[in-house]
Formats: sequence, C-alpha cells, structure tokens
Amino acid sequence: MTAEQVLTRDFELEGLRHIETYLSRGGYRAAVKALKEMTPQAVLEEMKKANLRGRGGAGFPAGLKWSFVPAQTDKPKYLCVNADEGEPGTFKDRFLMSHNPHLLLEGMIIASYCVGIQKAYIYIRGEYEAVAQRLEQAVAEAAAKGFLGSNVAGTGFCLDVRVHRGAGAYICGEETALLESLEGKRGHPRLKPPFPASVGLFHCPTVINNVETICNIPFIILRGAEAFTGLGRPRDGGTRIFGVSGPVERPGCYELPVGTPLREIIFHHAGGMKDGKRLKAVIPGGMSAPVLGEDEIDIPMDCESLAAAGSMLGSGAIIVIDQATPMLKVLAKVAKFYAHESCGQCTPCRIGTSWILKIVRRLASGQGRKGDVEEIRRLASGIKGLTLCPLGDAAALPILALVTKFRSELET
Amino acid sequence: MSPEISDKVKRQVEDILSRYPRPQAALLPVLHCLQKERGFISPAEEQWVAERLRIKQIRVREVVTFYTMFLQRPVGRYHLQVCTNLSCALEGGDDLQAYLENRLGIRTGETTADGRFTLSQVECLGACDEAPCLMVNLDYHTRLDRDKVDRLLRELD
Repeated sequence: MTAEQVLTRDFELEGLRHIETYLSRGGYRAAVKALKEMTPQAVLEEMKKANLRGRGGAGFPAGLKWSFVPAQTDKPKYLCVNADEGEPGTFKDRFLMSHNPHLLLEGMIIASYCVGIQKAYIYIRGEYEAVAQRLEQAVAEAAAKGFLGSNVAGTGFCLDVRVHRGAGAYICGEETALLESLEGKRGHPRLKPPFPASVGLFHCPTVINNVETICNIPFIILRGAEAFTGLGRPRDGGTRIFGVSGPVERPGCYELPVGTPLREIIFHHAGGMKDGKRLKAVIPGGMSAPVLGEDEIDIPMDCESLAAAGSMLGSGAIIVIDQATPMLKVLAKVAKFYAHESCGQCTPCRIGTSWILKIVRRLASGQGRKGDVEEIRRLASGIKGLTLCPLGDAAALPILALVTKFRSELET
Repeated sequence: MSPEISDKVKRQVEDILSRYPRPQAALLPVLHCLQKERGFISPAEEQWVAERLRIKQIRVREVVTFYTMFLQRPVGRYHLQVCTNLSCALEGGDDLQAYLENRLGIRTGETTADGRFTLSQVECLGACDEAPCLMVNLDYHTRLDRDKVDRLLRELD
C-alpha cells in the first residue's frame, strides 16, 4: 500500500520543476486559496492545528514558531528557508528542491503572507550549486507568471525571493549561524534569547524553516489540518521523507507517514540488507542522532518515540550499519566530523571534540590505552549541555551512545 | 597591488550588491563570483572586495578562512573532493580516497605536478543514497567504484 503523498506527488514527471507542469498538476492553488480566501490569521490557525513539526532536526512546530513573530513592528520581517542540508546522511532537501522547486516557493508564499513578510531568502549549501540554479530558474518562472514580485496572484501582496549559497560549513544549518552567514560573517551561532522571531536577520523579526517543513504547507492549506494530522501521528502529523543510506538494497528517499516503523523502512521500503550483510546498528535521524542497536529498531519513526528511546528523529536520515563494520570506524567518522565542524566559539565543543578525535585516532592506530573509552565518555559528558548552540549536543550525544552501547566492542 | 578584475565580474558584483539591503550580506556571493573567475581568493582579492563592500579586510579574511569552499591557494584544473563521511565510508569511500591517491601519485591535499588534479577530502556532500561520491569542482559523481574512477580520470584528461 502506498500512503498519500504530501510532498513527492508527481515526482516521476520529468518537467515538474517547470511552472507549466506544476500548474497543470494543481500547483499554486494553495497559495491562491490562502491569499484570496483566507486571512493571515486563518492561515496561522490552520497551521497551528496541523502542528507541523519542523523537519530540519529540532521538530519544533512551525505554526507556533510563526506566532512568535510580533504582529506590530516598524521593521521589515524576513523568511529564511534553511536549505543548508549538511547533517551527514541527509539528502532529502536536495531531492525535494531538485524535483519540485515550485512546491517550496508556493509554501514560502503562504508562510510569508501569513507572517507579513515581503523578503525571503533560501540559504542553500554551497555545494548544491546545480540545485541553486534550478531554484533561480523556478524563481524567475514564478515571477514571470505573477506568483512572486510586487503583485502576487493579482492580490497586491509582495514577495521577493533570493537564493543565497553558503560556502561549506555544517554549523550554518544552525539557525542563528545561518543568519550570521547570510549577513556575510562567519557562521558563529548567537546566544538565544533573543530568538530570531524577534531579533533575526539584520536585527529584524525572522522566520526560519527547513525546506521540507515549508513544502508541507500547500497540502495543509489546500486539504486542511485534519487531513494532515490524519496521516502520521496525532501530535506529529503528515509524512516524512526518510532518506536511507548504507548497505541496503535500495538506498534513497521514501515519503512515508510519520510513525512508520524503522524496521519496515529498512527491510521493506529500502529492500533490506544487500549482499547478504547483517544489520548491526542504525543511526535513525542523521549523524547527531544517538545510534540504535539491532534490538531497538522496532520503533515508530516519530519525534516522541525516538526521544523516549534516547535518540531523535532529527532529519529523518537513516544510516544503516552492517555487522562487518567496526564501531570504532563509526566512532572515528562521528568524532572527526564534529571536530572539523565545531565553529570554535565555545571551549567545551572546540577542545572536547578535537580531544576526543585524538583519542579515537590513537585507538584506531592500535595504540589505545586502558581507560581510553571511559575518557571519551567523560569528555563527551563535558560537552553535553554546556555549549551555546546545539552542535555541542549533536557531537556529544551520538558519541555517548556509541561508547555506552558498544563499549565491549570498542574496548577489545 | 590591485588584482585585475574583469569587467564581467565587476558587473556581476554590482548586480549582487543591488540585491542585498547591506553590502556585507553580499560577501559570500561576491566571493563565489570572484573565485569562479580567478580560482582562489588571494589577499589582493580580499582587499578589492573589502573596498568594494566598504568593510575591513579582516572581515573578508575571517569569512574566507571559515568556509571550506573558499580556497586560499590555487588548486588543479580538476579539484577532486572525496566524501569519506559515514554513509560513503560504509560503501567504500575510504578505499576510493586511497585509490585516488594511488592513481594520481599524490596524497590528499596535494596537486599533481602537471597542475591537473588536486585531491581533497570533504565531509558529507548530501548524496548518501548514491555513495560513494565525489565532486569534481562543483559537479557530483556518484556510485563510484574503481572502474568508474578510471573512466572519470580518462575523461578529465
């Protein structure tokens, strides 16, 4: 059975990325409905009812986030779409933007109308240059058809969209680092509060949402919050794009209802392990999600279930690890990544990640000392909860899970 | 010393600047634009950008040194950037890196003597379902094995 598609409908159509095809498949109807038949307040109410949880990693409800933006302000407001997809294992936003850039633009129009925004940026990671070009083309097409610019769909609503490429820095996926980067600076996260909803881009109220989050909006407006919550879980509705990688038969993106069991995604949708390999462990939500052992994969893929299991749904990126892969290798990859990507601002993260990497390298070269694994655990505990931005936890939590769950393997 | 910036790039820079409410916000796109033409960002380019954006040169230096895609030294005509992050490593990313070092006769971070290839190791490129992968300059090449790498290197020759 295939579930209803919120995000990937018509993806098999070659021309979907062009506005003619998108329009012929009902595209921009949700935007027109919102702008012509709904007040911004009504859009917000629908979004809050849908309880659309952020698809970037944190899972914060989008409607609630929008409601924090002050209604009365003499400053301009901004929308920043987070397309800085850098969480290892994650490739869903590239998939969405490559196939259907207009779905993103349509969601942006609705979000901007709701919050009273006239200027939006899509911050896309620098490596996705080809995707950025596709977005630029979609922006030009939408403007030519009157869906962007100074008179959107003939309603007098104005929206200008700019595609902005990053330049290679994982930290810029963190929302305040993204803002700093967009202002032309190093991606150093800001202290919160103030939150971007009140003090964001250029010190103005700003909404920041992930690509996949925004792409859900047209469905919610067209079909209603109930149709959305009817898919997935009651407080965590809709579908997710689960990106499966590692040694499985069919790695790729699968749009499935929130709450689909992890085992089903791996063994049914992704075709199970390839070449007779056996599953050993799974990282369920991008590299910063704590690893699950093979006995832990009978779990519904929703935010709360994974949190209860001590992990997180994160970006929905599922990395499957096979029995032949030593967990020391996994630990080494995790340690190296965060040591490289720590922005250097907070001491526990800057020093902690590189110190852990040093010990992991010692272990990998066969020069490990007694107590090294415990030392890694101690260092990771000293990062957890003690940094300005979530990168500290993103590094500490998966490392703690690895050294806890696979301690005996790592110590041999 | 002022670098020779082409009129084409100067026009592009003007166009970029017109799209941002503050000149400094245009810094990343301006640097991308310059690097595309000149291959890397030298101190002379940093100074030119700083003057054009009316910011201190140190503000440009901070950014150039923070982001991995901005190059401070020339690289070969083909910049091979291999992902060895977890999803690629599970599918042979590390072997791919070793094979490329072997084939090109250089270590990661080096450039071949003829100036054709530079080999770099990078973090996740977001193509994990098509692992292992690498970028040649800005083009993705995916599901690589030794045969495909051999073919790719021949084509780039």
